[in-house]
Amino acid sequence: MRFIRTKAVVATAGLALALAACGDAGDDGGEAPEVEVADNAADEFDDGTAMKEFAESGEITIGVKYDQPGIGFKGATDDMPVGFDPEIGKILAADLGIAPEDITWKETISDNREPFLQEGEVDLVIASYSITDERRQVVGQAGPYYVTGQQLLVAADSDIESLEDVAGTEVCSVTGSTSLENIKAEGAKPRGFDTYSECVDQVLSGTVDAMTTDGAILLGYAAENPDELKVVVEPFSEERYGVGYSLDKPEMCEWIVDTLTEAQEEGTWDDAFAATLGQSGVETPEPPAMDECPAA
Amino acid sequence: MDAVFSSFDEYLAAFGLTIGLFVVSGIASLVWGTILAVLRVGPVSVLNKAAAVYVALFRNTPLLMIFIFVFIAMPVLGYNFKFVEGFEIAGWNVSAFFFRACLALTLYTSAFVCEAMRSGVNAVPLGQAEAGRAIGFTFAQSMSLVILPQAARAVIPPMTSVLIALAKNTSVAAAFGLAEATATMRGFTNDNADQRIGIFLAFAIGYIVVVEVISLSSYLVERKVKVAR
Repeated sequence: MRFIRTKAVVATAGLALALAACGDAGDDGGEAPEVEVADNAADEFDDGTAMKEFAESGEITIGVKYDQPGIGFKGATDDMPVGFDPEIGKILAADLGIAPEDITWKETISDNREPFLQEGEVDLVIASYSITDERRQVVGQAGPYYVTGQQLLVAADSDIESLEDVAGTEVCSVTGSTSLENIKAEGAKPRGFDTYSECVDQVLSGTVDAMTTDGAILLGYAAENPDELKVVVEPFSEERYGVGYSLDKPEMCEWIVDTLTEAQEEGTWDDAFAATLGQSGVETPEPPAMDECPAA
Repeated sequence: MDAVFSSFDEYLAAFGLTIGLFVVSGIASLVWGTILAVLRVGPVSVLNKAAAVYVALFRNTPLLMIFIFVFIAMPVLGYNFKFVEGFEIAGWNVSAFFFRACLALTLYTSAFVCEAMRSGVNAVPLGQAEAGRAIGFTFAQSMSLVILPQAARAVIPPMTSVLIALAKNTSVAAAFGLAEATATMRGFTNDNADQRIGIFLAFAIGYIVVVEVISLSSYLVERKVKVAR
């Protein structure tokens, strides 16, 4: 595993340098925005609700991804994950009176998000977690707090320009992901890897023709390697990222939606975006409207 | 399990690829492992040591690391085996991914095959080799005509274990671009989070069937070629 760890360190160093470079340019983006932690949060909530319990214990466990620059990334030597998803987590925790450093972060991968919520391993999942009907059968999903779409990451000198060009080519993504199914439907040969970083390596070494997943993630990788990689094709799917919670605590949905709506109105949502995904050069989009919560 | 039954062709294709990986790397491992065993017991000291180093190296390295080496390090060094896609065997093109997975599995499994085979060679009474030499056989002749056939009969049970391990080890390829059974299972659970347990059972049963077929055929072969004592 030496090899992978070295790469992770290199990637982290790259990210740190990129962030430092932004600071040098007199741009104050890149720094994690400060969130205002609510005082006496416990008084705000009704007795017996999950929020009351969190606020009183001062503890919350949030599942995020560790291998998606811009969305959720944690290098081997970092203390805390960085990215848009952790920022959303901080906003939610702050409303409970929990400071960012008191949040317990736990790495989730695509496969274990539902089991982690069902077994109480984590209290919230904020891990590029697309809202789907099937998932809503087993866990709660509040949101969306961000809408993105699938795109392609190719080598800078690649001939792939449109979605039609992928037919017959080899395209990688994460094993078992929806992105892989979608690109298969376009006629490409799907190549699943365990992590996005392994998939990027395949594009860099020329073993596969392209990588596909949500545009937000691809932009993060392209920003790390601007000379060798580029993002092509307009988004051809719609992924609506939601916050996962346990169906045992249905009252959390209203709270998540209210807190995030407030963050959108107050501009903390914009700050979180600009400091994370915004670093790859995309403009801060209009925040999406939230779904209604199911009647508890 | 509805999700599995409604796309059963995908389920079968996934196990087809699993079996394809098993058969190709199984045959390759048996051939390469036997050659290694012959080298290890052979009279040439340098080949002897080379085979011993090979076994030590690949038997002591986790399979996942060999996969990482073949799939991630070798392409960076310029060996991506894309050239195999140029060959056509009976109208069927081997993909470089399939080739690389078989290579990784074979490198690993042949070390175990070699050791199983060597224990079989040791089980053949020394008199057999001496008898072969007495009637003027060369090393190659006494190996191929006298010792290996007897060794092969003796090692069927341990060799079956090696092959069963290989059948299950093909699942490592799931994380390296091959849509075999385990990778397909993860695709199914991602799309149908509400049927997780059923999907898991369906794929577990598939693996059990594959392994049972291997152990049953080994049992039949063993009964057929058993040495009467």
